[in-house]
Amino acid sequence: MLEVSLKHRFSGTDLDLEFMAPPGLTVLYGASGSGKTTVVNAVAGLLRPDQGRVQVGEDILGDTDRGVWLPPHKRGLGYVFQEARLFPHLTVEQNLKFGAWFAQHRPPVASLGKVVEMLGIGPLLSRRPGALSGGEKQRVAIGRALLARPRMLLADEPLAALDQARKSEILPYFERLRDEVSLPILYVCHAPEEVARLATTVVALDQGRILQVGPAEDVLSDPGFAPQGPRAVGALLRANVAHHHEDGLTELNAGGIPLFVPRITQPVGHGLRLRIAAQDVILARDLPKDMSALNVLPGKIDEVRMGKVAGAIVAITTPAGKLLARITRRSADGMALAPGQAINAIVKTVAIAPDDVGR
Amino acid sequence: MEWLGPEEWQAVRLSLKVAFWATICALPPGVLVAHILARGQFFGKQVLNGLVHLPLVLPPVVTGYLLLVGFAPNGVLGEPLSYLGISFAFRWTGAALAAAIMGFPLMVRAIRLSIEAVDPKLEQAASTLGASRPWVFVTVTLPLILPGVLTGAILAFAKAMGEFGATITFVSNIPGQTQTLPSAIYAFLQVPGGEAAATRLVVISVVIAMAALIASELLARQVAKRIGGQDA
Repeated sequence: MLEVSLKHRFSGTDLDLEFMAPPGLTVLYGASGSGKTTVVNAVAGLLRPDQGRVQVGEDILGDTDRGVWLPPHKRGLGYVFQEARLFPHLTVEQNLKFGAWFAQHRPPVASLGKVVEMLGIGPLLSRRPGALSGGEKQRVAIGRALLARPRMLLADEPLAALDQARKSEILPYFERLRDEVSLPILYVCHAPEEVARLATTVVALDQGRILQVGPAEDVLSDPGFAPQGPRAVGALLRANVAHHHEDGLTELNAGGIPLFVPRITQPVGHGLRLRIAAQDVILARDLPKDMSALNVLPGKIDEVRMGKVAGAIVAITTPAGKLLARITRRSADGMALAPGQAINAIVKTVAIAPDDVGR
Repeated sequence: MEWLGPEEWQAVRLSLKVAFWATICALPPGVLVAHILARGQFFGKQVLNGLVHLPLVLPPVVTGYLLLVGFAPNGVLGEPLSYLGISFAFRWTGAALAAAIMGFPLMVRAIRLSIEAVDPKLEQAASTLGASRPWVFVTVTLPLILPGVLTGAILAFAKAMGEFGATITFVSNIPGQTQTLPSAIYAFLQVPGGEAAATRLVVISVVIAMAALIASELLARQVAKRIGGQDA
């Protein structure tokens, strides 16, 4: 359990916030300039805020009221930066072992062998960082942070400097960390897909203030939650792999409703999370005949939230979970949508990208 | 060596000894001052910077005179030091001190540049991995600035081999004690028929200087290649 309270004034932003992060992966989510990086750096001890308090479990890492603010090397927190920041004069193996030497009094999080296997960096051990690709560097950086025996892992937009292919390569490693290593993670990002794939808890920031805190499903399915604008809105569903079809589709079972997505690699029975972008959802009272879209989720309208300009967000409860649909105000008015009404949510199969599906 | 007279040979040996110790002793304070100038933020930083560079712009004779005033047996620093049994006046140690001070700005400049080239983000990363400041310096900063430290050391060594003005003013020109290569060349040129000996010493000076430069270049390249990230 991480407890943070901070007050800090810097270059135009007035940071004033307080939150608790339960075990699991907590995402600090917000647009750039919202103060996310300042928060992680304060937790890491790289920055001393005007006023603040940071506690991990029983240990107080900093409390400016009591004049305590431990330097980074006394905090025992692993930090994965946006750029890998590997030591160029050391081999990959020496980089990995760097932190363990200073942390002999703490129990290991995972063995060198396990970390190397989990991140698939065995073939790189004897090489130097200069010769690695961006994705490889970031995997080594994750391993280096883990092997420093941290009590908690911090990550500041670890995928932001990578291209789309590399992002898809690294994301699963954070999923494995979340699910296989019992280490709390504080993860900064501004990409909605990453939040949907990784977060167990979301702490949403806007201009140095907390907008919303809660379990990822609740926060992401809140129609009022759009810190990155309406295009980034999307709810999270949980589903199991039901069947891999011959025609390249995978059938999921989401609360008894079949959902078809482009073929994924997870085996039948595997549980996963699925992000449905609000703008990919069509609402219909009566289903059209002969429709190309494959996924229909019958549900009930919870809330219709009119936007300031042309858009509206509709929150729907379906047997598969809560969904959000972004439609025009004209449609909402024309269909006379109101809470309590029955409605069908239609989602095109091809609108669900592989990166929207996580374990 | 047959072709060198005993006096000439003595001057070569003394010069190497003086330059070696001047460089070795100047290195630790050189790295420290370079680090302070590169990373420190404090009042009076420009004053320190000026002091370090002063020997570079002052006439060497003036530096030598100031050393003489300071380190003479009855000088400001010389007197307390003489109680400790340390004496610089008219001894080879004095020549080494003069050489070290004259080479110091060159050394600090080279090291400072290499420290400024080290990404502080790497040092931050090391601190989040549990390394305290001294450990960060030893395990990350120092290996990364090694080429600069080598360059600075070689420059200081070459400067020490050639230092003349401050040395002769501070510790005079005593064969076997303080008569370094340049002093010996100067002395030979003052006596009739000394040109041959002077020429031999000039050749030796050129050879030593060239060897030092080439050695530093090779070493720096080796280190840079290792750090550059290609598999060795």
